[in-house]
Amino acid sequence: MSDLMPPAMAPSGTILAFKREASCLEIEGLCLAYGDKTALRDVTLRVPRHRVTAFIGPSGCGKSTLLRALNRLHDLNEDVVRQGRIRLEGSDIHGPEMDVAQLRRRVGMVFQAPNPFPMSIYDNVAFGLRLQGGLRKRQLDDAVEEALTAAALWEEVKDRLRASAWTLSGGQQQRLVIARTLAVGPEVLLLDEPASALDPISTLKIEELIRNLKASLTLVLVTHNMQQAARVSDYTAFLQQGELVEYGPTDSLFTNPRLARTENYITGRMA
Amino acid sequence: MAMSKQRGFPRGEGPWPWLTAGSVAISLLMLGALLLLLAVRGLGHFWPAPVTLVELQDGSRFAGMAVKEAPLPGGGGEERLYHTANRDLEGSPWTWVEVATIEAERHPDDLVVLERQRWGAFHGRLMALRGGDDGVEGQRKVGREDALVEGEAAWQSLVARLAELEALRNELARLRDDTILPLASRLADGENATLAAELARAEARLRELQMTMESGEVLLESVDGTRLWQPIEGIVRAQRPNAMSVPDKLAAWGQGVWRFLAEGPRAANSAGGVWPAIFGTVLMVLLMSVLVAPFGVLAAIYLNEVAHQGRMTRLVRIAVRNLAGVPSIVYGVFGLGVFVYGIGGSLDEWFFADTLPSPTFGTGGLLWASLTLALLTLPVVIVATEEGLARIPDHQREGALALGATRLEMLTRVVLPMATPAMLTGMILAVARAAGEVAPLMLVGVAKLAPQVPVDGNFPFLHLERKFMHLGYHIYDTAFHGSDVQAALPLAYATALLLVLVILGLNLTAIFLRHHLRSRHGRLPRH
Repeated sequence: MSDLMPPAMAPSGTILAFKREASCLEIEGLCLAYGDKTALRDVTLRVPRHRVTAFIGPSGCGKSTLLRALNRLHDLNEDVVRQGRIRLEGSDIHGPEMDVAQLRRRVGMVFQAPNPFPMSIYDNVAFGLRLQGGLRKRQLDDAVEEALTAAALWEEVKDRLRASAWTLSGGQQQRLVIARTLAVGPEVLLLDEPASALDPISTLKIEELIRNLKASLTLVLVTHNMQQAARVSDYTAFLQQGELVEYGPTDSLFTNPRLARTENYITGRMA
Repeated sequence: MAMSKQRGFPRGEGPWPWLTAGSVAISLLMLGALLLLLAVRGLGHFWPAPVTLVELQDGSRFAGMAVKEAPLPGGGGEERLYHTANRDLEGSPWTWVEVATIEAERHPDDLVVLERQRWGAFHGRLMALRGGDDGVEGQRKVGREDALVEGEAAWQSLVARLAELEALRNELARLRDDTILPLASRLADGENATLAAELARAEARLRELQMTMESGEVLLESVDGTRLWQPIEGIVRAQRPNAMSVPDKLAAWGQGVWRFLAEGPRAANSAGGVWPAIFGTVLMVLLMSVLVAPFGVLAAIYLNEVAHQGRMTRLVRIAVRNLAGVPSIVYGVFGLGVFVYGIGGSLDEWFFADTLPSPTFGTGGLLWASLTLALLTLPVVIVATEEGLARIPDHQREGALALGATRLEMLTRVVLPMATPAMLTGMILAVARAAGEVAPLMLVGVAKLAPQVPVDGNFPFLHLERKFMHLGYHIYDTAFHGSDVQAALPLAYATALLLVLVILGLNLTAIFLRHHLRSRHGRLPRH
């Protein structure tokens, strides 16, 4: 692919487009440490709206930490020290008027291992909606169907909504978790290595789902599978040792990285 | 190569598989032997054993069941122990005889074995019955004095009279519990002429029933010719074991077991049943579970989910684990000092001052015993629940939080349902420990005899301040404190078997519940 393309042309075009993108999340000078162990150093980046942004990097580079900072999942850990600012659609997520439960409904998250709750499929999807309350049975039914359809799972489970979620296969469980997250109507969906525990076919289904979802959502994907990042993401950020090394349109980052560190990583020549 | 491998130890494993399998086999064998011993000694007691009529060389004779044989103290032969009963005639219900001096042993069909309210059993012959079953209701007393039935007819009418007595006793109990006691308590609330008349009628009927029951006597003769008159009312059960067929004996055995389970104890716990003790044990264990479950679960949640995981939490955790090793009698002393004298004494001063100095709550009772055992089993529940909570993967908690759940919602909707099987495991261990505990109970509320169970129809229905009976203490009491330990020993075995079965039943209930909860969603997936 890179052979056919004029070296400078395509990347510069996409870079221009990237600069013009409207941002959904803005991260500004984010530093984060677990106790005295630094995990993120001065990370600044913009996540464009209705695009798929991938965070790549070696294990322990801080990509998952960065992702979990976006819905304040670090709040639970008292040892975490944070500096810097994160804005969601312009408002500071650590601001005094930001309700953390509300934030987490706006910024949904899917984890590495499928983690359906020990309930029926229906109850799993309805979980977040029931927390908010105020929905009638019919509305709940409709919302569950809509979410499962959006996660491309409805056809497979519509006849056994009352069965335990743990009876589903791994790939189905992961799509169920996505449906559960979609049900509460998030603006952003964070995916933490969503396919790393799945077989290749399930992985393809998840990737296809990610591509379809970006019409309505902003997606942020953490992966250490570079082919996956190349396949599904529009923009890619490469992190190493807690620093943002390079960030740009996926094709230009993979075909024409600006820095030697990035090139070494994506070509597999890790120092 | 393959052949030699089959003969010897598996290659590379040595004797270990055999050693481990051997320990399992020995443990199972010992357990099986224990249960078998309890079952044979305990349940065998209810089987109607044949009565032997023994004639000795010196001409004396007695009727009894052979219990055991032992070598003579000086050597040279054996001596045999017979249960000869008739304590009122002969002083001791046991007789040792030298086997060599026995002239003849016979099993006449007409020997009767009577179980009596007083003086234990009687072995001998039924000569006559006075006050037979002849009259119309109400006229019974008249004419009965004269009627004297003899021989086989006496036996038939005795059996009929005993069945009738059983029915009368039931009616009496019903009349007392369902009519007289409620009436009396309603009358205490306010005077009312119709109620008073009703009560008077019921009491008249009660006296009439009692009169009917008291009538009738049998003339008994022991095999050596001594005679006595025995009121029929004092006879619990009559059998002619030598004349019984196997189905008859089976029926009698079943009835004996049923009476053991359903009736209260008699004769200073050396005879009769254990129903109040079963009831007391189960009720106390259930109360203990109700008390310990919320405390244990909340403490475990605090330690595992809420507290900062620092040195202090670790210290508390170690302390809790060590509490499980404190000897139970120490808990008993604590319960006596704090619950009975401390809290109970204060309650008496505040609410029951008019009955002082006789204590209401300031003495051992069901509530204090349950509380003491709840304290005793608290560490077990905490540790088991904590382990269950620790086994729930963090991504389950994060999944709930990521959907906008608060920490409380996460705990109640995701974490606790997943930890329920572990909590039930904790409850199973707690029940197993508490149901068998006797030492602390002796300090905080168990009674040698409390025929009234702590639940009845009078407000407030559950009487927490009452003393209660317990199977474990009942075993101790029958086996060591009776007037006739030899006679009570089979009952101790039967009670021990029953205690094991009760604990097993309580545990099976919890295990079934846990299995039900687990099977609803399958086990935790391992990621």
